[in-house]
Amino acid sequence: MSANPVAVPDEAHPKAPDTARNPLVLWVEDLSVSFDGFKALTDVSLELEQGELRCLIGPNGAGKTTLMDVITGKTRPEKGGVFLDRRDVDLTKLSECRIAELGVGRKFQRPTVFNGHTVYENCELALRGRKGVWSALFTRRSAGERARIAEVLEIIGLEDQAKREAGLLSHGQKQWLEIGMLLAQDPKVLLVDEPVAGMTHAEMERTAALLRGLAGKHTIVVVEHDMEFVRSIARRVTVLHEGKVLADGPMAQIQQDPRVVEVYLGE
Amino acid sequence: MSRLKEIHGPRAWVVVGVVGLSLALLPFFGLPAHLVPLFGKFLCFGIAALAMDLVWGYGGILSLGHGLFFALGGYGMGMYLMRSIEGEGVYRSALPDFMVFLDWKQLPWYWHGFEHFGFAVAMAVLVPGVLALVFGWFAFRSRIRGVYFSIVTQALTYAATLLFFQNAAGFGGNNGLTDFKRILGWPLHDPGTRAALYVASAIALVATYILCRYVVTSRLGRVLTAVRDAELKTRFCGYESTHYKLFVWTLSAMLCGLAGALYVPQVGIINPSEMQPANSIEMAIWVAVGGRGSLVGAVIGAWIVAGGKSWLTNTIPSAWLYVLGGLFVVVTLFLPRGLVGLIPKLRLALAAVLRRRAGPAV
Repeated sequence: MSANPVAVPDEAHPKAPDTARNPLVLWVEDLSVSFDGFKALTDVSLELEQGELRCLIGPNGAGKTTLMDVITGKTRPEKGGVFLDRRDVDLTKLSECRIAELGVGRKFQRPTVFNGHTVYENCELALRGRKGVWSALFTRRSAGERARIAEVLEIIGLEDQAKREAGLLSHGQKQWLEIGMLLAQDPKVLLVDEPVAGMTHAEMERTAALLRGLAGKHTIVVVEHDMEFVRSIARRVTVLHEGKVLADGPMAQIQQDPRVVEVYLGE
Repeated sequence: MSRLKEIHGPRAWVVVGVVGLSLALLPFFGLPAHLVPLFGKFLCFGIAALAMDLVWGYGGILSLGHGLFFALGGYGMGMYLMRSIEGEGVYRSALPDFMVFLDWKQLPWYWHGFEHFGFAVAMAVLVPGVLALVFGWFAFRSRIRGVYFSIVTQALTYAATLLFFQNAAGFGGNNGLTDFKRILGWPLHDPGTRAALYVASAIALVATYILCRYVVTSRLGRVLTAVRDAELKTRFCGYESTHYKLFVWTLSAMLCGLAGALYVPQVGIINPSEMQPANSIEMAIWVAVGGRGSLVGAVIGAWIVAGGKSWLTNTIPSAWLYVLGGLFVVVTLFLPRGLVGLIPKLRLALAAVLRRRAGPAV
């Protein structure tokens, strides 16, 4: 029973499953959300292991965005909890700012970067650290910060664009920059909403490589419609349908699941 | 040291030094004595324009109330100058003339301390600062932005004008404060004193410019322009955007107060008309004409507009408002980046012409 990977973490110690699994970073327990009687989510549970790259798929209205909204504190659930790292940190009780501070970073569908700033400055602004007025006025880029920015620029492959104004970047480059800005914040969990919407095929492949490269070091949840893309990156997939978890497992297994084929893949 | 290099490159520092020095030394090299106070006035406008550009060009906050901060600084200095008349007024009283005229027997409490120059200068900077801090705290916290914020600042300066017009307010009513005699013991009408005030204004202008450059080249400056462009995103990045706006807004008001304090001894009068809404709007036009977000552009804009005003109101007084309005329309339509925005265009055009000239020879 305890070996069941979909099981709710057990009360005594959620981080101690008996198999060789990585420790859990974020888990969602029995989450229910409704808007004016419409049940957007019903008893949704989800576990994310350290370093996992998880894809969240499902037809429109399945509750994917609502789930992201609950995790980042934008929407409050009726029931259930979201835990980060420790059982006593329930994100559903915290503000959006605080959740971001604790290490949940989110990339929205539409790329939002600071268009008037250079790529380098965009990364700098996103860096984790002190964000107060006085420290911003008097402290300068430390060697550590410069190194971190260089590292991020290398990961997202925009080193040669560092001095360019972000507003001049292509759509795909802006998406990568935004992912880079999330990385600069050193989040424990990265939530990435439709990263390849509007991308060319080549850009899509590069994004897939980028996300695959981040997996292992970071824990990532990708919400995506594009099945080809999901196939190219996913190890484990969670399928949402009408606010419930329909299936959860490795991509190969999910593709065979008749229920999934019926509601989603078959279309 | 390398922080200085971030503020300006070596060549730009040389330009700042040369321009600053020649501005300051102008009265000793041919500027006619009667023009010294007028040019000093322009230097003060330059400081106010920098303050305006900081908050509007970089912070994206269009203030239509900076005339109030400027005038409050002016009143602070004016109160010192009134106190230093000391019995040399028309009524030979220790009280300022207007108070004797109103039959007041003693100095209102808020006039105490202004006999000290240092106190008056401090107040000229701190009073606008505190007012801006309190006003801004409420306005930014309530997420009032854009044109709504501009309208509220306009209302604020209008309300202050009405208050200062009242005799009972204790600031000389519609006549304001005038008939000053001396500053720090030096007679105000003496050409030497005037030159000294001019030089002080030039130094203050250069110092303000460097301070503003320091702010906009710091990380705070980068956060500030990010708040201007995408405030929500800065909040997601963990910045409390209202604090940043409040900081730059308050700093700007204080710089404006400093400009006002330098302005009053050179023009010899401060009255509520300085706070009139139109004056604040004119400050916005300075910056729009010169070019927002460039600092230098703001100063140039202030000089062109204020210089044009001085010249035209002497030659064809009725034309000035039409010219000002026309200028604003032209700049808004054709020069979104102001006059400074023309420079790169001109440079490109010049390069093209030179290339064409050189063309046949190749």
